[in-house]
Amino acid sequence: MVALLALTLLASGCGRGDDGGGGGGGGGGGSDPGITDKEIKLGGSYPFSGPASAYRAIADGAKAHFAYVNSKGGVDGRKISFQTLDDAYEPPKAVANARRLVEQEQVFALFNTLGTPNNLAIWDYLNEQKVPQTYVATGASNFGSDVAKHPYTTGWQPNYVTEAKIYADYLKKNKPGAKVAVLYQNDGFGKDLLGGFESGIEGSDIQIVAKESYEVTDPTITSQIRKLAGSGADTFLNVTTPKFSALAIATIAKTDWKPLHILNNVGASKTLVLTPVGLENAKGIVSATYFKDPDSPDWADDSAMKEYKDNMKKFAPRADPNEAFCAYGWTAAATMVEALKGMKDPTRDSLMESIRSMDTEIPMLLPGINVKMDGQSDGFPIEAMQIMEFDGENWQLQGDVIEASAQN
Amino acid sequence: MSAKRLRMAAWAVVIVLAVLLPFFFGTYRVGQFTQAMALAIAVLGLNLLVGYSGQISLGHGAFFALGAYVSAISILDLGVPYLLTLPLAGLVCAVAGFVLGIPALRLRGLYLALLTLGLAIATPQIIKRAEGLTGGTQGLSVPKVDAPAWSGLADDQWLYFVTLVVTAVMFVLAAFLVRGRVGRALVAIRDNEIAARTMGVDLARHKTGTFAVSAAYAGVGGALFTLPIGFLAPESFPLALSFAFLAAIVVGGLATIAGALFGALFIEFVPVYAADVDEALAGVIYGGVLILFMYLLPGGVMGLVRRITSTRARPRGSDDAQAGAGHRLGGRAAGADAARERVRAR
Repeated sequence: MVALLALTLLASGCGRGDDGGGGGGGGGGGSDPGITDKEIKLGGSYPFSGPASAYRAIADGAKAHFAYVNSKGGVDGRKISFQTLDDAYEPPKAVANARRLVEQEQVFALFNTLGTPNNLAIWDYLNEQKVPQTYVATGASNFGSDVAKHPYTTGWQPNYVTEAKIYADYLKKNKPGAKVAVLYQNDGFGKDLLGGFESGIEGSDIQIVAKESYEVTDPTITSQIRKLAGSGADTFLNVTTPKFSALAIATIAKTDWKPLHILNNVGASKTLVLTPVGLENAKGIVSATYFKDPDSPDWADDSAMKEYKDNMKKFAPRADPNEAFCAYGWTAAATMVEALKGMKDPTRDSLMESIRSMDTEIPMLLPGINVKMDGQSDGFPIEAMQIMEFDGENWQLQGDVIEASAQN
Repeated sequence: MSAKRLRMAAWAVVIVLAVLLPFFFGTYRVGQFTQAMALAIAVLGLNLLVGYSGQISLGHGAFFALGAYVSAISILDLGVPYLLTLPLAGLVCAVAGFVLGIPALRLRGLYLALLTLGLAIATPQIIKRAEGLTGGTQGLSVPKVDAPAWSGLADDQWLYFVTLVVTAVMFVLAAFLVRGRVGRALVAIRDNEIAARTMGVDLARHKTGTFAVSAAYAGVGGALFTLPIGFLAPESFPLALSFAFLAAIVVGGLATIAGALFGALFIEFVPVYAADVDEALAGVIYGGVLILFMYLLPGGVMGLVRRITSTRARPRGSDDAQAGAGHRLGGRAAGADAARERVRAR
């Protein structure tokens, strides 16, 4: 026992072997963990298993882009390594992954971790550790609207409030006096978009005449659609995730209600939603987008699209380059590379500064849509979208790019 | 060296290693070991129930969750210091376990398994519905545990030692429990209920009592499990967790105390390493390892340890020791030792 105690004392005297570096402690002089002259380590948490595993294509696209950049020499001679871990779309696993990436793998920054609840679960931790949580893969406006408390967090895609305001703007121009019926998912995502739409139509002659919500666990939404159809609305705002987008389109096709159907971007996937319910039922649906659709013939000869498809074949042969999620990951990774190029010092604070002062064209975004941040309090890199309409076979872009800020 | 001294020496080595461990690993690893100890407490609780008293529970994840939420909510809403939430979590879970133990008096085998399975299935849903208290799907963030300045330790090291002390206490208590009258009564109930009753063992009291103690262990484990991560949500307690506990007691060794440690290390680390080998095949690898484990070590880690120590402790070439059944069959050479082993293991 005595020997044991002595050993203990000895051990505590030695302290920890690997104290140097440490997970936390951003700022300061010199360089931060995860960055050397030869390498930048990034980490991300994605659902590779579980109900949301379709999103793994985003990680495939991002990895392909980093591999492509590395093959051209990397960023200022630094090769990017992007380590991804599976969280099965479960927040507790995302927390464990974030801790592992920061403390064990010692990454420089997290990039593009997916999902609203997952990012909400890790953002306090990451900001406490001063580790950048860059370009999160969710459109919740939370991630850009709280820069004061979460200076190391930033969104990427147009947030739901921006998207909703773009629909409001579209209605004001194209259908003044519209009577709108809204179906929305009863969670942060649905309420975010609905709230944005409500503030977008404020003071106009457009009014919401009916609102119905559903839970993600609901088996059907027939009764909600029936109530909305009976409300006398001439416009339907469909704020749903893919499974329910498809249900809503299919249910409406069976009624004689023929409203102007506005479907949010989340549910506007041709392969996941429109094809299963029958493309003829989707004709005339309006939505909005911000990056070039790899499945659309419009961009077949576009040089950015060719670069994307050629290199996807080369660096991610198992992924399907026509999948929009791959293009999403590729484009987000391209934005990250620009942010890394803009760093003045190899530090986490410098990365955040670069992100917050960026104004760049990213080739895979629609022409006229830039990644643009105006200083330290801006958390919304992309705040413009373009309306598209489904012609029965493909999405067709309509009109001009519309800008809408989430901040009032 | 006699088996007893060997065992003492083994424990001393384990303790020394456990004390040194946080000085040689990084923050994240230390957090993992802290969680493994928290799991070990819950696994030990389940082993008391399954291994010793012969009842089954597929729902210990529910008590684990209850303990975690009791601790988190009392820290967040009532401002209770985190150490005090451990007995609180244990107490609440003991009451819940006692209540569940009442129907367990009439049900056995598959029927009891189904009852407890229902509990495990319902748990994540109940947590989601009780949004006001549990934060629903958004989960709860529990404040980080800070090491007191006098300790000179980093936060994660401090939490590790707190967990180590609690784990040691829980293990010693369990060891006393199963070696004493209660333990003998439980084993008697497991092996032959009618005979046990004839001998004057109070079945109802022992069965519900074991359920309560077992649930309390799971609750304390759950409370400790949350602290190093600092976040809990319904998905922290999936159905698979209850099965992981069951796997852990078998991997460690049924009706053993030390086995819980090995079992917990297994369920904490093997899935992580399986995912490192191949993200898409993690489940297959984990399952494969589990199957392989059962083929090679049907008695669990402690079964192997027994096999080795009993070979050493007796004259070389003893046939039944070679057959790996030494602890069960006993023998002249092992005498009293084997008699005790027979009580402790099947």
